Amino acid sequence: MRTIVSALLAASFAFAASAAERPVELKRSPGLDRVEANCAACHSLDYIPMNSPFLNAAGWDAEVTKMINAFGAPIDQADAKIIADYLKSNY
Amino acid sequence: MITRRSLLKAAHAGALLTGSAPIWLRLSATEAEAQAATNLSPLLPEGTRASATLDALPGKKPLIKLSYRPPNYETPIEYFRTPITPNDAFFVRYHLSHIPEVEARTWKLAVGGEGANGQIALNFDDLKRMPAFEVVAVNQCSGNRRGLFNPHVPGVEWGYGAMGCARWRGARLKDVLDKVGVKKEAIEIVFDGADEPVVPKTPDFIKSIPVWKAMEETTLVAYEMNGQPLPHFNGFPARIVVSGWTGTYWVKHVTSIQAATKPERGFWMNPAYRIPIGKFPSVSRFTTQDTATTTPITEMMVNSLITTHADGAPVRAGATVNVGGIAWDGGYGIRVVEVSTDGGKTWTAASLGEDLGRFAFRSFSFPFKPSAKGKQTVMARATNRIGQSQTTDLIHNPAGYHHNVIHSVAFNVA
Repeated sequence: MRTIVSALLAASFAFAASAAERPVELKRSPGLDRVEANCAACHSLDYIPMNSPFLNAAGWDAEVTKMINAFGAPIDQADAKIIADYLKSNY
Repeated sequence: MITRRSLLKAAHAGALLTGSAPIWLRLSATEAEAQAATNLSPLLPEGTRASATLDALPGKKPLIKLSYRPPNYETPIEYFRTPITPNDAFFVRYHLSHIPEVEARTWKLAVGGEGANGQIALNFDDLKRMPAFEVVAVNQCSGNRRGLFNPHVPGVEWGYGAMGCARWRGARLKDVLDKVGVKKEAIEIVFDGADEPVVPKTPDFIKSIPVWKAMEETTLVAYEMNGQPLPHFNGFPARIVVSGWTGTYWVKHVTSIQAATKPERGFWMNPAYRIPIGKFPSVSRFTTQDTATTTPITEMMVNSLITTHADGAPVRAGATVNVGGIAWDGGYGIRVVEVSTDGGKTWTAASLGEDLGRFAFRSFSFPFKPSAKGKQTVMARATNRIGQSQTTDLIHNPAGYHHNVIHSVAFNVA
């Protein structure tokens, strides 16, 4: 147990020192797991609340499309729809 | 599956067992305090106000964190009470999340391109051996104050602090280019830096400027900022300085400088960083990049900011307080900063502070003596030496650039 705890602590400190990044808690709602699994690969999730609550449904669709078409995010169509729906209903 | 998230959760649990909180929990204890201290504008999106926090990157003071990754941190207004912005408080702006720690010892700068007569690789010592020049210049993000747009536009929702002014020292870009020789057919100089995207399909951050701008004496390959090496998050070991133009061209951790005979076609030149043609009074133009409707953003618009006081600042009726701040533009220089205490009906010239050069912040101050009790607003409006003034109404544009609406501070007179 002690070994595991030390290893995890070491990992957490290394991460904190290198990135200074803290977890961003988004609204718990269906689709959040797809948002976390896809969006957080390239950017921290604070981009989402930062850009709220002023985007309408078309605005959020445009953001998801931009991530895929302009930035090459490897998000499949099914996930893209779930992500867009999550953003529209929560932010 | 071990994800970053599950690792964080596990580490958190482990830390509780041993009784020492991980670093982000210790920081979050002061979060409420931090938010109060950031004094965020009420004009920002509600979600921005809720998620922005004061947080320190390694080597930096606590700045206003808008996004962790890529890191986008703005400078609190308090640091703009002097015309030089300290390195450890200077704003941080990245588009891509992979930001390597570049070592000066191994850093190489490739100079060449099909618009050059040859190609070379310079190391850090080569660069520092070249004749050195200094310029005091404002580096301002194109989207500074985007968060104040009404209606809001998507992007990094900056308040007032995506800018700073430093004394930059380095080799002139034209001297670097002279080492290979630029052909007369060359039209643009193209920069790439060491930062990279996470997924290979994301466009790398590559920017170009016209050859004429590259040849200006105030366009540098800088390796010092305010007498110190560049901070990591401001482009160590060397970055491009394009005095007068917005920060998008000031490529950090620069690794490649190429002369091109055709316009650079990457995403970050088009469609990114574009303004509608004819919408702003830009004198400095980048015509090889023009389309029928858009043109690259170039020089900064004339602007100013009151920095001595924030909204709600208390002042006694009959007492005199010095209200001041900074003014800047795209390199023509500030002619006058005027102040109004009657909602813009009448204007009085403020005194200007030390002139650090036409590209620098120019400080101003004004003795404000309110007579009536209640709320009283002070407005500041800068005009540059070619007669351009700040706007009363926002010039709205899709990407949220060039916000130079007159700034005001509301005092509580008691």
